[in-house]
Amino acid sequence: MNLTLKIWRQKDSNAKGQMVDYKVADISEHMSFLEMMDVLNEQLVNSGEEPIAFDHDCREGICGTCSMFINGEPHGPDRGITTCQLHMRSFKDGDTITIEPFRAAAFPVIKDLVVDRTSFERIQQAGGYISVNTSGNTQDANAIPISKHDADEAMDAAACIGCGACVATCKNSSAMLFVGAKVSQYALLPQGQVEAADRVRNMVDQMDLEGFGNCTNTGACEIECPKGISLENIARMNRELMKANI
Amino acid sequence: MATLDSKVPKGPIQDKWTDYKNHIDLVNPANKRHIDVIVVGTGLAGGSAAATLAELGYNVKAFAYQDSPRRAHSIAAQGGINAAKNYQGDGDSTYRLFYDTVKGGDYRSREANVYRLAEVSANIIDQCVAQGVPFARDYGGLLDNRSFGGVLVSRTFYAKGQTGQQLLLGAYSAMNRQIARGKIEMFNRHEMLDVVIVDGKARGIIARNLITGEIERHSAHAVVVGSGGYGNVYFLSTNAMGSNATAAWKIHKKGAYFANPCYTQIHPTCIPRSGDYQSKLTLMSESLRNDGRIWVPKNMDDVMAIREGRKKPTDLSEDERDYYLERRYPAFGNLVPRDVASRAAKERCDAGYGVNATGEAVYLDFASAIERYGKEQAKIHNISNPSKEKITELGEAIVEAKYGNLFQMYEKIVDQNPYKTPMMIYPAVHYTMGGIWVDYNLMTTIPGCYCIGEANFSDHGANRLGASALMQGLADGYFVLPYTIGDYLADDIRTGKIPTNTKEFDEAEKEVKDRINFFVNNKGTKSVDYFHKKLGNVMWNKAGMSRNAQGLTEAMAEIKAIREEFWKDVFVPGTANEMNPELEKAGRVADFLELGELFAKDALMRAESCGGHFREESAEESGPQKGEAKRDDENFAFVAAWEYKGEPADAVLHKEELEFKEIELKQRSYK
Ligand SMILES: Cc1cc2nc3c(=O)[nH]c(=O)nc-3n(C[C@H](O)[C@H](O)[C@H](O)COP(=O)(O)OP(=O)(O)OC[C@H]3O[C@@H](n4cnc5c(N)ncnc54)[C@H](O)[C@@H]3O)c2cc1C
Ligand code: SF4
Ligand code: FES
Repeated sequence: MNLTLKIWRQKDSNAKGQMVDYKVADISEHMSFLEMMDVLNEQLVNSGEEPIAFDHDCREGICGTCSMFINGEPHGPDRGITTCQLHMRSFKDGDTITIEPFRAAAFPVIKDLVVDRTSFERIQQAGGYISVNTSGNTQDANAIPISKHDADEAMDAAACIGCGACVATCKNSSAMLFVGAKVSQYALLPQGQVEAADRVRNMVDQMDLEGFGNCTNTGACEIECPKGISLENIARMNRELMKANI
Repeated sequence: MATLDSKVPKGPIQDKWTDYKNHIDLVNPANKRHIDVIVVGTGLAGGSAAATLAELGYNVKAFAYQDSPRRAHSIAAQGGINAAKNYQGDGDSTYRLFYDTVKGGDYRSREANVYRLAEVSANIIDQCVAQGVPFARDYGGLLDNRSFGGVLVSRTFYAKGQTGQQLLLGAYSAMNRQIARGKIEMFNRHEMLDVVIVDGKARGIIARNLITGEIERHSAHAVVVGSGGYGNVYFLSTNAMGSNATAAWKIHKKGAYFANPCYTQIHPTCIPRSGDYQSKLTLMSESLRNDGRIWVPKNMDDVMAIREGRKKPTDLSEDERDYYLERRYPAFGNLVPRDVASRAAKERCDAGYGVNATGEAVYLDFASAIERYGKEQAKIHNISNPSKEKITELGEAIVEAKYGNLFQMYEKIVDQNPYKTPMMIYPAVHYTMGGIWVDYNLMTTIPGCYCIGEANFSDHGANRLGASALMQGLADGYFVLPYTIGDYLADDIRTGKIPTNTKEFDEAEKEVKDRINFFVNNKGTKSVDYFHKKLGNVMWNKAGMSRNAQGLTEAMAEIKAIREEFWKDVFVPGTANEMNPELEKAGRVADFLELGELFAKDALMRAESCGGHFREESAEESGPQKGEAKRDDENFAFVAAWEYKGEPADAVLHKEELEFKEIELKQRSYK
């Protein structure tokens, strides 16, 4: 297929960015979206131009690195997948595709489509862990049985890949789905209970400090999340916060 | 040829590690505050090491090229992690895990290290559960297990198909706690480009800030490299795009020996390549082989008809198909180990029987499983005389419950429904067993420089069993290195901060800068990927699954020629002082171009078939094993550790003779 791409170019975080048009030809429907970007970049390099910087690594939908806003949606038009799992068969010959970085005040653009998501890191450093010594002297793993239901639900929350699609799609740039997933994982397990109140308070405080907006229950985050993290996690986070503040 | 000292402690194997720990020097906690340690890499190995060293009180500086430790390649591991817990009561023990691992590695690993790995494996699970890793549970609330290729006990712990992710998030959370306490300083988007040696000891690194391009000096009393495997030397592999050998290769060039570079694991069940634009290969879990039957057509006419679309695989009857694994290995059939399955697929495709356009695919067929499960379900549900459709429907539901997510992933990528038509699979480069040589303390041949996880060579021999790489990464990082490094650092309590304004740092920084400047100023005509793909082709064709002396000799010359062309004609757009992914790639490919040649040299020297590699000249000539891989214990029961001498072709071989005192060396047979 032959496609027209409208791509956000921005030299660095201080520069002014703009949309630039590119043409690519002979794109196979079997290519992944990122392979299509590779083809464009090879074309740019061969003509002596600077290729488009974009973030990616595993190309298997698990590392959470790839982040593109495609035709107005994070990770493109398909549901439940990341950009690296999107295939060109989702597009038609002659299509024009708009590609932009994830936009949010707390995700400043570094270059082209690459954004800085270290605000997520700082939220987790504020309490997204269980304070256990890594000494090898922990009690036997089967000493505390955990119901299969709870373990499965904790796993569902823990499946978040930290990609930031939830933030990018939210009209308030809220990070509640991400933080809710983190808080939920530990809230559902017995191990982290002693520090549960501090954890949720500190993480939510840090989230506010980073400049993420508040949740107004639009639900776009759940729809766009590649890992199907459910809104229930936001509710659980709010309950945990309420408990912590009583 | 010098011999290497592995520093394995004396005494009975089951007491070595305990005795060792009882006798090493300890560093007083007050003194640890004055000691800095650099950890390069924050995958399972580096992440767990950084967290534990910080916990102990050292000042840790951790580096990763990704924007977060949580995105390290370890995140992609699907299957699970082994541990000798014997929760299932099926006879597992430290000894059995030790035995399986040594045998699975085709008797090319160091006994004492493997024993220690088996010994600490149980602790790993305790540690991870305490950190909140949501492992699968059974209905009684206890941990669940599954079994994995090559073993007869159920010892694999898992978190859905995302075990690596969950273990890494566990290590990452432990790191976060230390970052919050100020004990770890985390350098995201930083790439280590050289190690700095002062008075013969590793005392720091040169790193590039990948956002600003700034070249930075970092000093420490010791440097730990946990930078992962080098499978991307093949260009196409199941590794993440950024996985690279640079950190390991740079310490090699400064004195660390590189061991067994030719040991690569090729995984049999990956989605085949579909065209030249392909950027990476996707692994399909090996568990599929529990139910899938592998075949190619018997007749060349059918192969052609399928490739040209005149026939569908489902048009071929049972006896028009060659179930080559069942034919060649009746005892194990489709469940032979990874190396055997991979080689057999390549053999059929090389003979011209590959079933896709590129000729590099075999079928993995679930039709029999669907029928078998369907009939069983019909019986269970008392359906008499079920129709063929009903049987299929019932069978598909069972297959879906077992492998649904994998089938979905396949359909997403290939756009074919694997319930209705057999999957196409082909082997792909997956894991590298070779790496930096380390002694029992995980120290390289550079004093003060350590290497852990997939980047080192130590525990897997010539082949790696499933679910054992995660185990090794975490064992090294949580439980082994934190002890062994203390023994070395005890001598450093009076050293004080290591200054960075010295000539050693000046020189290392200059080297790094010169190279970067060369790249951005070289007005060549070809992209970095052009060279990487070319290298990958030579590696796959001549130093891949099966190799011979002639091909390897050619490979060495061809790689050298590609390298020369690269330095003349590579084009890197952009500048040095900005985020520049092409520049990052150029440095990595430059290192792969050297490593690739050493790889071929090592493979040429090792004139035996063993583990993941088949040397065509070394096959069994007669008897029931005729045509199978032939290991040569008399001449090759050693670790090949290479010393850098300039050109890779001039590398000097050092041997560490392997002793097998606990386990008898035996031929592996799957007939
Ligand atoms: C698809 C797939 C599935 C797998 N499944 C399993 C499984 O089920 N069970 C199992 O046991 N094993 C499995 N493995 C193998 C296992 O995942 C890896 O061997 C293991 O995770 C490697 O961990 P590591 O910490 O050594 O390296 P990695 O996780 O690769 O980490 C490397 C780190 O080094 C950093 N780094 C690299 N170079 C530099 C540099 N120059 N400067 C700074 N930082 C650098 C990276 O940023 C990263 O943080 C699988 C592998 C793959 C590819
Ligand atoms: S909640 Fe979903 S969308 Fe948000 S970071 Fe996690 S995986 Fe991405
Ligand atoms: S590249 Fe890892 S999720 Fe897309």
